[in-house]
Amino acid sequence: MAGHPDAHHHHRIQEDTGNDGLNRRGFLECMAWVGTGLLWTVSGGILSSRRLAFAADEQIPRGSFSFVQISDSHIGFAADANRDVTATLQVAIERINALQPAPAFLLHTGDLTHGQKPGEFDTLAEHLKSVAPKQVFYVPGEHDVFADGGKEFLARHGRGLVGNGWGSFDYQGIHFIGLNNVADLKAGGLGTLGDGQLEWLERDVAGLSSSTPIVVFAHIPLWAVYPAWGWGTDDGERALSYLRRFGSVTVLNGHIHQIMRKVEGNITFHTAMSTAFPQPAPGTAPSPGPMKVPADRLRGLLGVTHVSLVPNAGPLAIIDSTLA
Amino acid sequence: MTTQEHHTSTAYAWRAAAAGAAVIVLLATPAPSRAAQIEAPMPMTRVAKIEGPQVTIDNFAFNPATLTIPAGTTVTWANQDDMLHTVTAANRLFSSKGLETGDVYSYTFTTPGTYTYFCSLHPRMTATIIVK
Repeated sequence: MAGHPDAHHHHRIQEDTGNDGLNRRGFLECMAWVGTGLLWTVSGGILSSRRLAFAADEQIPRGSFSFVQISDSHIGFAADANRDVTATLQVAIERINALQPAPAFLLHTGDLTHGQKPGEFDTLAEHLKSVAPKQVFYVPGEHDVFADGGKEFLARHGRGLVGNGWGSFDYQGIHFIGLNNVADLKAGGLGTLGDGQLEWLERDVAGLSSSTPIVVFAHIPLWAVYPAWGWGTDDGERALSYLRRFGSVTVLNGHIHQIMRKVEGNITFHTAMSTAFPQPAPGTAPSPGPMKVPADRLRGLLGVTHVSLVPNAGPLAIIDSTLA
Repeated sequence: MTTQEHHTSTAYAWRAAAAGAAVIVLLATPAPSRAAQIEAPMPMTRVAKIEGPQVTIDNFAFNPATLTIPAGTTVTWANQDDMLHTVTAANRLFSSKGLETGDVYSYTFTTPGTYTYFCSLHPRMTATIIVK
């Protein structure tokens, strides 16, 4: 998918070269979001979000921009919890396309596919051709890399990324960091970033002023949502330790197929809904398996996230919208 | 290494049988519903008898969590959960593909030792095979 060069993006995306345009563009192609639609408005460096269904009605002030997060599309999933995950993805896309002004770009926070079967990545790409934002940033979920160690994901979306699939870019004064915490998962463990990625992260933000707003996006929550179900990242705290000096840090995750929020100092955590199927709230079911709900309730548990930024006007606005 | 592994990732029907044995029916056609798999005889293109102990996968757990077997035993895992799982050795000695609901995977353990394995999609799911 064709990303277009943007004067506000720069070359923090690749550590081994000073080249700009191509790498910048390449990184933009690398990240997209799956599963959830959340509209993010960045306002004075603080993100806030709202549900997409309401977002279309809201006015975004001049000088601001917004982006959208979707997550956990699970293309290929076809069980009772949702027999047609491409249909719900398409509803999410239509909601995104109704947003005015159009979001600047889209983040997909992983689990593009369910089983990495032939055609699943293609199906997602085909659907996203119709989404209005032409820049899509992807980070992988474990369902995107478990079968082949991430080869196909990186071949499709890894251009400009570092290591096994992480990177950063700047957009209108905000520093965006996409992390991969699903590679080489260990028996008994949670999500993991690994030393190489953590060292990269420390270097990536080292030169930034503490007033730079930071947006981190990754598949598995970086905070311990519910470790008993694997909902956390073993070395997430070390990543956060590099970010605590910043005045505004927003962490956007997927994986748990429901909205959870937490504020910890200057760090705001937010998880997005899936576009495919909901999962139960922590501890409310014997396992985190897909939650079966009556058909007329399903779309109320799926959604997108829209984030808007309004210059000098306080926090980023995060709006989660269901597909209902 | 003389270990062997067997994948059944295509359509099949799985019948539990007494004494820990099971019959795998491999089909050339798409899998019918689980109920139909259990109730109705299927057109068979090939029938393979699976001997030996079984481990079921349900509710994001392997059952039994610990299984002790003599060397040379083939263990068969059957995914009865409504989620994709894998059977993957902690040291990656063996790994199934993604197992959909109803899929099975077998692996023959030839060397004594303790084998920890997990689901590479849900790594909190761990279990152990002890080979005497």
